[in-house]
Amino acid sequence: MAHITVIVDGTSYQGEVEPRKLLVHWLREDIGRVGTVVGCDTSNCGACTVLLNGRSVKSCSVLAVQAAGCEVTTIQGLADGNEWHPVQTAFKECHGLQCGYCTPGMVLAAVDLLSENPTPSESEIREGLEGNLCRCTGYHNIVKSVAYAAELMSAGPTKGAK
Amino acid sequence: MTAVLETDTAFGKPIRRKEDARLLHGQTNWADNIQLPGTVHMAILRSPMAHAKITKLDVSGALKQPGVVAAYGAKELGDLNGGVPCVWPVTDDIKMPAFPALAIDKVRQVGDCVAVVLGTSVAAAVDALDSIEVSYEQLPAVTNMEAALESGSALVHDEIETNACYVYKMPCGDYEASRAKADVVVAKRFINQRLIPTFMEPRSVVAAPMGMSDEITIWSSTQIPHVLRVLLALVTGIPENNLRVVAPDVGGGFGGKLQCYREEILVTNLAKKLGRPVKWTETRSENMVATHHGRDLIQDIEIAATKDGKILGLKVTLLANMGAYLQIITPGVPLLGMFMYPAIYKMDSYDFTCTGVFTNKTPTDAYRGAGRPEATYAIERIVDELAAEIGMEPMELRKKNWIKHDEFPFTTVAGLTYDTGNYEAATEKALAMFDYDGLRAEQAQRRASGDQVQLGIGISTYTEMCGLAPSRTLGALKYVAGGWEHCTVRALPTGKIEVVTGTSPHGQGHETAWSQIASSILGVPVEDIEVIHGDTGRAPYGMDTYGSRSLAVGGQAIKAASERLVEKARVIAAHQLECSASDLEFINGSFQVKGDPSKTQALGAVAFEAFTAHNLPPGVEPTLQGEATIDPGDFSYPHGTHLAAMEVDTETGQVKLRKYVCVDDVGLQVNPMIVTGQVHGGVAQGIAQALFEGAEYDDDGNLLTASLADYLIPSAADLPSFETGSTVTPSTTHPLGTKGVGEAGTIASTPAIINGIVDALRHLGVTEVAMPASPQTVWRTIQAAKGGAK
Repeated sequence: MAHITVIVDGTSYQGEVEPRKLLVHWLREDIGRVGTVVGCDTSNCGACTVLLNGRSVKSCSVLAVQAAGCEVTTIQGLADGNEWHPVQTAFKECHGLQCGYCTPGMVLAAVDLLSENPTPSESEIREGLEGNLCRCTGYHNIVKSVAYAAELMSAGPTKGAK
Repeated sequence: MTAVLETDTAFGKPIRRKEDARLLHGQTNWADNIQLPGTVHMAILRSPMAHAKITKLDVSGALKQPGVVAAYGAKELGDLNGGVPCVWPVTDDIKMPAFPALAIDKVRQVGDCVAVVLGTSVAAAVDALDSIEVSYEQLPAVTNMEAALESGSALVHDEIETNACYVYKMPCGDYEASRAKADVVVAKRFINQRLIPTFMEPRSVVAAPMGMSDEITIWSSTQIPHVLRVLLALVTGIPENNLRVVAPDVGGGFGGKLQCYREEILVTNLAKKLGRPVKWTETRSENMVATHHGRDLIQDIEIAATKDGKILGLKVTLLANMGAYLQIITPGVPLLGMFMYPAIYKMDSYDFTCTGVFTNKTPTDAYRGAGRPEATYAIERIVDELAAEIGMEPMELRKKNWIKHDEFPFTTVAGLTYDTGNYEAATEKALAMFDYDGLRAEQAQRRASGDQVQLGIGISTYTEMCGLAPSRTLGALKYVAGGWEHCTVRALPTGKIEVVTGTSPHGQGHETAWSQIASSILGVPVEDIEVIHGDTGRAPYGMDTYGSRSLAVGGQAIKAASERLVEKARVIAAHQLECSASDLEFINGSFQVKGDPSKTQALGAVAFEAFTAHNLPPGVEPTLQGEATIDPGDFSYPHGTHLAAMEVDTETGQVKLRKYVCVDDVGLQVNPMIVTGQVHGGVAQGIAQALFEGAEYDDDGNLLTASLADYLIPSAADLPSFETGSTVTPSTTHPLGTKGVGEAGTIASTPAIINGIVDALRHLGVTEVAMPASPQTVWRTIQAAKGGAK
């Protein structure tokens, strides 16, 4: 067992963890952050995407021990209190989700994409989200959501409507 | 309030979804999130072989591993090894072999359950699987349907002495007479390949004895909590009134969660036996072999016509792959397609035969569209081939044969009566959005110049039957259950409304759309309405969500229940306002005395009166609710026209979907934003069948596409944006004027894509492209047409 300390969504968590345990399983099973979900076992679907020190990672491809000393942001910590993140606002406004299972990963991948490229074209959005699979939307409204989020973010600090 | 607002209801508005707040913040309750004290986790030893005798099975080694609570093979499980049910014996002489949850003596598919271990953690249970001693004697695998039917074939089930499950025939009119009259007969064989539903949330089930009673609560990632409760009671012997099934947040289904799975049976029985919560969540790799598959038909299609393009008759001969066992409606899926092969076309005769075939593969069952995508693919492909054969423009051929808008209601050769439709209007709109004439001109130019990239135009003019279904019709088809739906609408003393529905959403936005329906009738804001679903404890009656039935059937129940609530409230309000009920108008959620707008009582106030019951009229019972169970009078028949512009690189076989236009007529739309979203997702899944997906097996019955690394569901980079439109021809058989929409896109889009690819290459001699049309497949097809390398 290894001892780790990880800041998750602004709260510091400490614990003993098997070295083989994946970050996503530690989040879900050990500290109860079940907003992050598992969709596959081959790193293909991206449903488990979180931000690790601000950059998106598939948390099924990171060991919990590798996250020691890092800051993790999950879908549960993305909003600023009651203030939605503009990507969350945009996904609701553009109907960018249906069943919502891919949504935690899709939203965090989009956050990372927009931090790298604040004004992506449609094809840049499509290429940028290639690692996140959705089975409900056909991606049409996800792409619109990300483009709209880029608009909201370029307009400055948003007052995300609920 | 202005007059405009008085008639301006939530019905028909693109209201943003109520569901989204929790889904966008990770505040969800997926079944796998449920962590109860004392839970034991089930891990499953699955067969690595498609067909083998189990020559040794000893689970005792697992029991010695740390954290292991119990381990069972079929022998140890005994009477608790329940059988997976099939509720659709399509013929009197259908062969229905047993499907025990844990295999007994023999395995028949890769992924068959052989033994289970229960441990205090998932890791402990999975680790202990390695300590089970098991050995197999491999048997020849049955993987090819035609070979399976030959005498001397290995048998999937020895005891039934054949691999033929059933033969179903439906002759309509005299096809041979039509054929004799025909100038042209076109015959084609289409392979409608096997697909894996691949909903994003893997299945998960938790069963827990609740302690304060004999109740066992089962949380399952299912589309059908109500049906599942009945089936689990029948299979396990646990009294139905001790079972509560909850479908919590469910991450997609597409038919794949329309099932009573062996894992659900095992978890329920073991929770009862061990007296503690038992949980199982599948890995994606388990999902690929153990969740039922879809499609997998060999379709021999023959169409007879005059030389000027009048369709006379259609003959359909199917081999349908059942897989190794029959699950909930495995045999019936091809029959859902049976009625739809004649589609939108008028003809004199139709001859249908389907043979169900057992193989050593994962069982098939409902996958989005279930039978109708297969039918639509075949008819829309063969119509294009007929057009090519007689040298007619494919859209002109369709126009010549389709049912005209003034011919509805129209009874088809297959015996269905379509209530409404306007194929002309949908097609005209789609052609304009698509720039059909412009693209045809570009196609001609590219052909003339011998461009390396050729352009093809794919057409699909579809209809479908959905909204399952009139119970009498289901009974006539030997389906064991009904097709009704239930709703209770309650007005609470605080003025809030509960809509208790028997539908069970998993992405369709019922909480929003059902609120809109109730709001439009009750005059209560959408925000004040809560939709309760997916829990046999809180929403006790229902037939659940599949077959594009939730709005088409469930919507009727919401309407009727809401109206009944208003009628009860009217009697109470009349008593309070000291007038007769017939003197009251109900406007914007308030009863108002006709001609005296000062005398009103809001619905919320009536609800409070019904709660206190201090001053109710004689004979009126306290509480304010309306209840309705609706058995639909007919199916629902959405239709539309889908057009695809396909660019095909003749040197590399690379296919590009350049433009996709669809105009769907789903009648009145409760929430057009949700409707369009359903179309997008449906279209994408149909495109995926055409271009990307296929469950591939080797000759030994190993699934080669057993992970998301090998089974290609499209990413955002693989698809374009879609151009969607609609026409509105209200249904006349459904009181809301609505039709189903959940499967329409999937049903329509597959043939549009393949027709487009064939159209791009027809001048090279190509008349067929196999699915999925990968670059390799397309390149080989072009080479074969040229007479070159294969």
